[in-house]
Amino acid sequence: MSIPFQIVVCGSIVPDPLQTLEPVTGSGAPSLKNEMMLPAVLDPWAGHALFEAAHLAAKTPGSKVWLVSLGPKAKLQQVMMMVAQKAPFELVALDGPASGFCDSFETAAALASAIEAIPGLDRARLLLFGGWESASRGAGSTLQMIGERLGIAEQFQGVDQLTVRDDGSLEILERIEGGQHQVSVCAAPPAALGWATGHLPEPRNNPQVGMANMRTIMPALQRSKPAPLPATGLCFASVSLPKQQRETRIVKDLSPEEIAREIVAWVKED
Amino acid sequence: MENILLLAHTETDGTLAKPALEALTAALALGGELTIGLVGATVQPAAGQVANAGAVRILAVCGDAFAAPRYATDAAAAEALARASGAALVLAPSTSRWARAIPGAAFRLNGRVDTHATNLAIRNEVPAVSRWFYRQRMEAVLTRAQRPWFVLLDAGCCEPWSGEPGAATVELLPLEVPATRTTVTGVQSPKAGEQTIRPDAKLLFVAGAGWTKKQSDGAVHGAEAEGLIRGFLRAANASLGSSKSLVDMSGEGEAVLNFMSHLNQIGQTGATPRHAKGLSTCCHGEEPHVVGWRFITQRRAVNLDANCGWARGKADVLYVADAFAVMRAVNRLMA
Repeated sequence: MSIPFQIVVCGSIVPDPLQTLEPVTGSGAPSLKNEMMLPAVLDPWAGHALFEAAHLAAKTPGSKVWLVSLGPKAKLQQVMMMVAQKAPFELVALDGPASGFCDSFETAAALASAIEAIPGLDRARLLLFGGWESASRGAGSTLQMIGERLGIAEQFQGVDQLTVRDDGSLEILERIEGGQHQVSVCAAPPAALGWATGHLPEPRNNPQVGMANMRTIMPALQRSKPAPLPATGLCFASVSLPKQQRETRIVKDLSPEEIAREIVAWVKED
Repeated sequence: MENILLLAHTETDGTLAKPALEALTAALALGGELTIGLVGATVQPAAGQVANAGAVRILAVCGDAFAAPRYATDAAAAEALARASGAALVLAPSTSRWARAIPGAAFRLNGRVDTHATNLAIRNEVPAVSRWFYRQRMEAVLTRAQRPWFVLLDAGCCEPWSGEPGAATVELLPLEVPATRTTVTGVQSPKAGEQTIRPDAKLLFVAGAGWTKKQSDGAVHGAEAEGLIRGFLRAANASLGSSKSLVDMSGEGEAVLNFMSHLNQIGQTGATPRHAKGLSTCCHGEEPHVVGWRFITQRRAVNLDANCGWARGKADVLYVADAFAVMRAVNRLMA
C-alpha cells in the first residue's frame, strides 16, 4: 500500500564550493566578500534531499514535491534555472539572506511560516526533507526547529535511505558513529528527514522538466515574501581564515621502496 | 559564570563514552556551577564514573524507552533535564544522538543552539563559542545573549576528563514517555562487512579517484587497488577516507572500490574527521586536501603530479610516485 506523499524540501543556495571565500566583518553580522557576485549552487545536501524527494514522488503516484528556499531573489533565480532541469517541483521562495552567519532559529521560523502557508498542504501526509547540514552554516539544527514548529516529533538526521514498506510504514537508515547506520521504522508520516548523501546520483538535465518547472518558478520568485532574519542576540567576536599554507617537501627522486620505508617509519612513530 | 548543564547519554553498558568525558572537561574549564544530566536505559555506572568531577547535582532520565537514540524520547529527556537544572548554558558532546535531538530541545525552551563547537571559553566574562563556517573554510568566535544556550562540542577538541570513580547520588526525573511512532530496530554495518571508518584511528588513509583510472600499462587495476588499500588499512589500523569523485563513481554504477561508500567521503558533503596523521593517495582535488584535512595534524600525499596545487602547501610531504608501487612496498614492510 502506498499513499501519496506531500514532500516539502527545504534547501537554500551556497557559494560554489570551488570559489575562494573571504569573510568581511563590519558593524553588523559578518558576510562574504563580494557575496552577491559569487556564483551559487543549490546546497549539496539539500540537493540530495530534493533528488530523493523527486525519486520517491515518481515511485508514489499522486505525490507532490515543493522546494522551499530562502535566499536573495536574484541569486535564487540564477540557481533555479539549473536546478529546474533536475527534478519536478513547485518552488516556494523567500527573499532573504542565504548567509552562513544567519541563525538557524530565525531561519527555521521563516521557513516554517512559508510551509504553513502552502495552499492545500496535507500535513498528515507530509514528509519534511532537507539536508542534514548546509554547506554554509553547517549547523544541522534548522530542520529540527522547523519540525518542532510544524508539530513533527518523528525526526531523523543523516538519512541515507528511505524505504516505503508494504504496510505504508517508513524504514529509515540514519548515519551514526563508526560508519554505521541506525535502522528505524516510522509507522507513518508526518516525519522530518535530514538527508546525508543518500544513494542516488545527480539526475541528468531534462529540458522538458525544466520548461514545466519554470512556468511556476518565475511567478513564485515574483511573489516571494521578504524574510530579513534579524539574528537578535547573536554577536560575532571574530571571523578569520585559517593559516593554510604549509611548507611542502616535494620528494620526487626516491624509489617506491625508499618512499615506502619513509612512510612506514612515519606511520609507526608516535 | 552562569550555571552549566552537561548533557550526556549513556552507552549500552551504562557508562559514558569518550566524547561525553571530553565535554565534561570543557564544562569544568568554564568554572560555573555544574549539573550533569544523564539519559539512558541505566545511568548509575555513568554517575559513578563522574562522581568526583565536582558537579553539584546529577540528574537523570532513565528507562528502557530512553535506551535507543530516537528524536522524540531524546528531545523530551534533554528538555526535562534542562528545565530541571535551570542552567543557562547547556553543553553536550556532538554525537549523532545529541545532534539529532538537541536543536529540538533548545527550541522547546525558546533557547538557541550552536553545533560543531571546537572551543568554549570565557571571553570578556561571557562564554564564547568557536566554530567553523562554510565547510571548515573560516573560523568564527561568537557569543549569544539568549538563554538557555545549547552548545554541541565536537569530539577530539578536549582531553577526556579522568578521575576516580565514586558513589554518586542521582536525582531521577519522572518523565512520561512521549508518544512516538518510531521504533529503532537495530544497527546496520557497512555492506562489505569490514569496518573502514575508525574515528579513533591515528591515521586517515585517503583514496582518490586515481586508484580506478588506467595505469601505465593502459589497464584499470581495481581489484589490486582494493587489495592494497584494505591490506594497508588492516596493517596500520587506519581509517579510510575518500574523495567525492571516487564515491560518486560508485553511485553512478561504474566499476569501483566495492567497500567504498559515501560514508567514507571527506570534504564537500563528506566528513571532516580528526586524526593525528593523514596519508592521501591518488587525490588531486581541493576538497580532500583543504576541507577534509582541516583537522589532520600531519599530512603526507602520494601522487604523480609534482605540481598538484592542492597537495603543495597543504601537505607536509608530497611523494611524486606511483601509489600502486608505493603501497605494494608499504604493505610488504607492514606485514
